[in-house]
Amino acid sequence: MSILKLHYDIDGSDFTRAGEASGKVKRVLKKLGLDAEAIRNVSIAMYEGEINMVIHAGGGEIDVEISSELVTIVLTDHGPGIEDVSLAMKEGYSTATDNIRSLGFGAGMGLPNIKKYANEVAIDTKVGVGTTITIKIYVPDCSAEL
Amino acid sequence: MNVLNHSVRLDEDKCKGCMNCIKRCPTEAIRVRNGKASIIPERCIDCGECIRVCPQHAKRADRDSFDILANYKYKVALPAPSLYGQFNNLDDIDCVLTAFKMIGFDDIFEVSKGAELVSEATRLLLKRGELKKPVISSACPAVCRLIRVRFPNLISHVLELNSPMEEAARLARIKAVEDTGLKPTDIGIFFITPCPAKITAIKQPIGLEKSNLDGAFAIKDVYPKLLAQMNRLDVTGNLRDSGIIGVGWATSGGASAALLRERYIAVDGIENVIQVLEEIEDEKLNNIDFIEINACTGGCVGGVLCTENPFVARSHLQHLRKYLPVSCNHLEGEKVPKAMNWDTSLKAISVLKLADNVEDALDLMKELNTIAERLPGLDCGTCGAPSCRALAEDIVRGLALESDCVFYMRDAQGNPSFQGLVPPPFRKPPKKEETP
Repeated sequence: MSILKLHYDIDGSDFTRAGEASGKVKRVLKKLGLDAEAIRNVSIAMYEGEINMVIHAGGGEIDVEISSELVTIVLTDHGPGIEDVSLAMKEGYSTATDNIRSLGFGAGMGLPNIKKYANEVAIDTKVGVGTTITIKIYVPDCSAEL
Repeated sequence: MNVLNHSVRLDEDKCKGCMNCIKRCPTEAIRVRNGKASIIPERCIDCGECIRVCPQHAKRADRDSFDILANYKYKVALPAPSLYGQFNNLDDIDCVLTAFKMIGFDDIFEVSKGAELVSEATRLLLKRGELKKPVISSACPAVCRLIRVRFPNLISHVLELNSPMEEAARLARIKAVEDTGLKPTDIGIFFITPCPAKITAIKQPIGLEKSNLDGAFAIKDVYPKLLAQMNRLDVTGNLRDSGIIGVGWATSGGASAALLRERYIAVDGIENVIQVLEEIEDEKLNNIDFIEINACTGGCVGGVLCTENPFVARSHLQHLRKYLPVSCNHLEGEKVPKAMNWDTSLKAISVLKLADNVEDALDLMKELNTIAERLPGLDCGTCGAPSCRALAEDIVRGLALESDCVFYMRDAQGNPSFQGLVPPPFRKPPKKEETP
């Protein structure tokens, strides 16, 4: 089985560029002809992860692996880490500053949305060291429609 | 459906093979081959951007000649509301409409009448709450085709109602048959169009098996004929039968304002349109009721077959509005007539896919990424493709060669005089000696 690997360095200093990498991945997935719902799930889950990385961790790296059955997104940052993961998973909970909220972010939907759109989520975080989030999205076989 | 039936055409003699059109095409549908632009028909959405940017005027919209009027016993003109915005100091739409009767038409039926009915039907459907939100307007055919090619996931959001043009044509034919007693086929219904996308929508209808129109004339072809007559009009007929709502459709925001709701977005200009469609796809606009989308900047007044600048045209229309009632056309019994609904939904066209199955596509994408990394990333367009990535894609599809890249050839030749070639520095004129 073929696996396509993509790598993105996420610049944490420029808000306006957050979402660029997930946009690129969406375009690639469309060219691959993946199931439409899987494409949506990947682009939303990855977008939320990418935004989080910029807001909270000053950027990081995203590795995406795509096969015909599974898309795996690994978001790695060296930010402050998440103190209480179960609290962070709650809808509406956010540690974002007022500054960030004024830009329309920080609604406390980032991690909950990742969970909603992903099939599997694993969060590995250590305060003061950083966070790695692994998101898996299953790709249904859409060749039957063709 | 014949996807080759486009109205955007190339005049090969005029084309110099420059890079302007390939860079502006929103679906990357143009390549330069053998020194001439060549349109990939499956990808073209007839938006007219290439016509707009071609410095040689080598791109044109294929439209009907006035000779075809002779094929019909009774001719009806359907002016788009954007036509009214072309005239300076116009304060009575009846002047324009009366002039049509002096240039070979027997009757007129304003597209703005159709627009008012479509607005009312949309209001009713939104109120019923059965549509998938955000609802995407379907009046701009270039947008419908863009969705079909680049955003097939959004097809279920598209409003499946006739465009004002089609609705007006449908009613115009019924009226003409009633007025004259002629057979429907003896009646010619002609749209006066601001854009090539609408011409294609007649030849290749969207949502309908067959268009209700028989042809289209460009605003810029009709404008001088009308103006000549308007200047010598003594009496004007009482022909106008639409108001602010219908005429408002000429500019971006008009169709939205007509819905009398506040949660809407009116987006225009192809780049903005693509960004908003991306946002709908990523479910960032789920709190919006309605999205009015026009491919041209400013809305229909920005169409490439208009004569006036879209912002000036908008100002002309603001002046006209003062003398108009709100709306003149209403649905009977507050019901959406069956004939106003589409026969068929939009069908996705999967031209962007690299291969029919994901496994093959993955292999091609890997190869594409490797090639793209080797290319210089200058997006100069000299190879005939709009960007290095587009060339890489053409290569893996077997449509181009890596040696089509001039920089690849330079490096492959190993010519030291070309190695590390960069554009020249700023050239300054020699300094003149300052006089004390």
